Amino acid sequence: MSLRLPAIMRTTAARLSALYLILFAICAVLLVFYMTSLSARMLAGQTMDTINEEVLGLDRFYRRGGLPALVRTIEQRSRQPGANLYLVADPNGRILTGNVESIEPGVLATQGWTTNSFAYQRYGEGTERRRADEETAQDEAQTPSGEHRHAAIALVWRLPNQMIVLVGRDLGEPERFRSVVRQSLMLSLGMMALGGLLIWYFVGRRALKRIDDVSQAGRRIMGGDLTGRLPITGAGDEFDRLSENLNVMLTRIAALNEGLKQVSDNIAHDLKTPLTRLRNRAEAALAGNPETKDYREALEGTIAESDRLIKVFNAILMISRLEAGQSSESLTPVDLSAAVRDVVELYEPVAEEEGVALDAAADTSPSTILGNRELIGQALSNVVDNAIKYSAGGSGKPAVRVSVERAADEIRLRVEDNGPGIPDEHDRERATERFVRLEQSRSQPGSGLGLSLAKAVMKFHGGRLDLLPGSPGLTVVMAFPQVREQ
Amino acid sequence: MKILVIEDDREAADYLVKAFAEAGHTAHVAGDGDSGFTLADTGEYDVMVVDRMLPRRDGLSVIAGLRSRGNDTPVLILSALGEVDDRVTGLRAGGDDYLTKPYAFSELLARIEVLNRRASAREAETIYRTGDLELDRLSHTVKRAGREITLQPREFRLLEYLMRHAGQVVTRTMLLENVWDYHFDPQTNVIDVHVSRLRGKIEKGFDRPILHTVRGAGYMLKAG
Repeated sequence: MSLRLPAIMRTTAARLSALYLILFAICAVLLVFYMTSLSARMLAGQTMDTINEEVLGLDRFYRRGGLPALVRTIEQRSRQPGANLYLVADPNGRILTGNVESIEPGVLATQGWTTNSFAYQRYGEGTERRRADEETAQDEAQTPSGEHRHAAIALVWRLPNQMIVLVGRDLGEPERFRSVVRQSLMLSLGMMALGGLLIWYFVGRRALKRIDDVSQAGRRIMGGDLTGRLPITGAGDEFDRLSENLNVMLTRIAALNEGLKQVSDNIAHDLKTPLTRLRNRAEAALAGNPETKDYREALEGTIAESDRLIKVFNAILMISRLEAGQSSESLTPVDLSAAVRDVVELYEPVAEEEGVALDAAADTSPSTILGNRELIGQALSNVVDNAIKYSAGGSGKPAVRVSVERAADEIRLRVEDNGPGIPDEHDRERATERFVRLEQSRSQPGSGLGLSLAKAVMKFHGGRLDLLPGSPGLTVVMAFPQVREQ
Repeated sequence: MKILVIEDDREAADYLVKAFAEAGHTAHVAGDGDSGFTLADTGEYDVMVVDRMLPRRDGLSVIAGLRSRGNDTPVLILSALGEVDDRVTGLRAGGDDYLTKPYAFSELLARIEVLNRRASAREAETIYRTGDLELDRLSHTVKRAGREITLQPREFRLLEYLMRHAGQVVTRTMLLENVWDYHFDPQTNVIDVHVSRLRGKIEKGFDRPILHTVRGAGYMLKAG
């Protein structure tokens, strides 16, 4: 597999690993430095304590036996393995006894603790090296911290006769400790970097592969294959969740696409019939005599047919605008009880003419919602119109009843008829689709858009339109969400 | 009647001029918002028909400009946009009526004639009289040939509107808009049934018809 590193660098996983690596490294280094300096300080404190005790002891010897006792004790102690540094010098700084052969100049001039660590050389240690040193003697004098010298701290004091006594301790141990820590730090940092790189490589590559799979599938789908879905590995990780969600979205898009296709098919079919009729009528009129009554009637028929077509187009346009959810700023408080009264009053003469008893359940208390009065009126009149049309054919005298029903969180308008209703549940669902005209309604005039428009209006108001089986007949429920006034 | 048509669609404008001429009116055309404003500003027109979307200056801005200069020539807005909001913004900008394209010329003509400022002086009258029909707007009584006729409140408003525009064609949508305050097209011709009921009340028992149906357009209240 060819893998370009820059591509890996661009993955989020790689960026995150790099960031964490750097953060951890910084933390580790800081921690190690803190620990080392703390331990070094503790070690130094211990050393100083030892030296202090040593000095107190020597001081006792000096008081008891004078200089000779001191010198004897020092000589004795210097010979022990791993001993401290001892030195006795004359007031001019010439070394008389002890286990130190040479010492950084200026150290003996101090009083008390040496402020800085200094370089020195023990007896016996530098004998072989001294020859080599002679050539760089000058160098050595200036930079006494050469590699064969050791660093130490010491306590210097003067005896009453101006002799100089020095007790010190080598700092080799803390130095070694420091270097061990430094080495292990470097090692662990190296391992950390290596580990980071490995994780980076594998995680990044995995992520890249998954993303590549998804984008490939995406390209296929964009290419027009809406049945394609994004791969799901079953790992249940975030990639799977993302793919699942995108797949749900794709399913929805496919469904919408299918719906759109159906609608355009329906539009084509439903509009072709009246257009053909229109054309035939115009053609027949053209062939006839312009002076006759038929000619005029044909033209009037043409206009009426065009008007019907325009109505259908307006309804389609309105439904799609409502579904797109536009013009939401036109919402004002609307009294649903008043809307019911208005529409029932508007349809009352028609119902009477059709022999349908239309009545509104007496309810005068206002049921106010936020909405568009115009749209609600139109939706309700479509539903009532439908109910009047289909209330005939049932048992008993056709009747339509409109009522307002208040529930906890919504206000429902119920339009009940006692016609044959729509017994099949599937048919009830389909009845609100665009251009769908059920078998029993084929004989009735209408565009098949009335209930679709009502449904779109309800959706626009955040409510719903339900078709329920009545007893007998059909009950249409328009449920509006109730607004709470602040 | 002198009509100013501000419409950028040449063909539609020519058709309107011709159709208005056949109906006995004089119409002038302005092809864009600026020239329309200049012509309208002369104040010599009775009614204006303004398209909403115009080159140079849109229709609403022309109307608002005229209104701010004290020009109150009645305006009918023509628009391809037919949403409820469009109607509201159009009327708010100073338009007096609103018609969505495509429209029937009979509808446009009826509305223009109703808008005509010379004819709309009846607003202030308290008693409308058409032939032997009399409507008192204050006492809410209707009499024909001295005999009182009882009307439902909505029937009263329907007759009131018809009488205010007596002698003019009133379309079904105009009635729905002005009497019921709804602007949609009902699926069934509910208005026809309301009108025929009203007709029954004001014509039954009288020998002369007074509420006439104008074919392909609407209704007209006219004596004799």
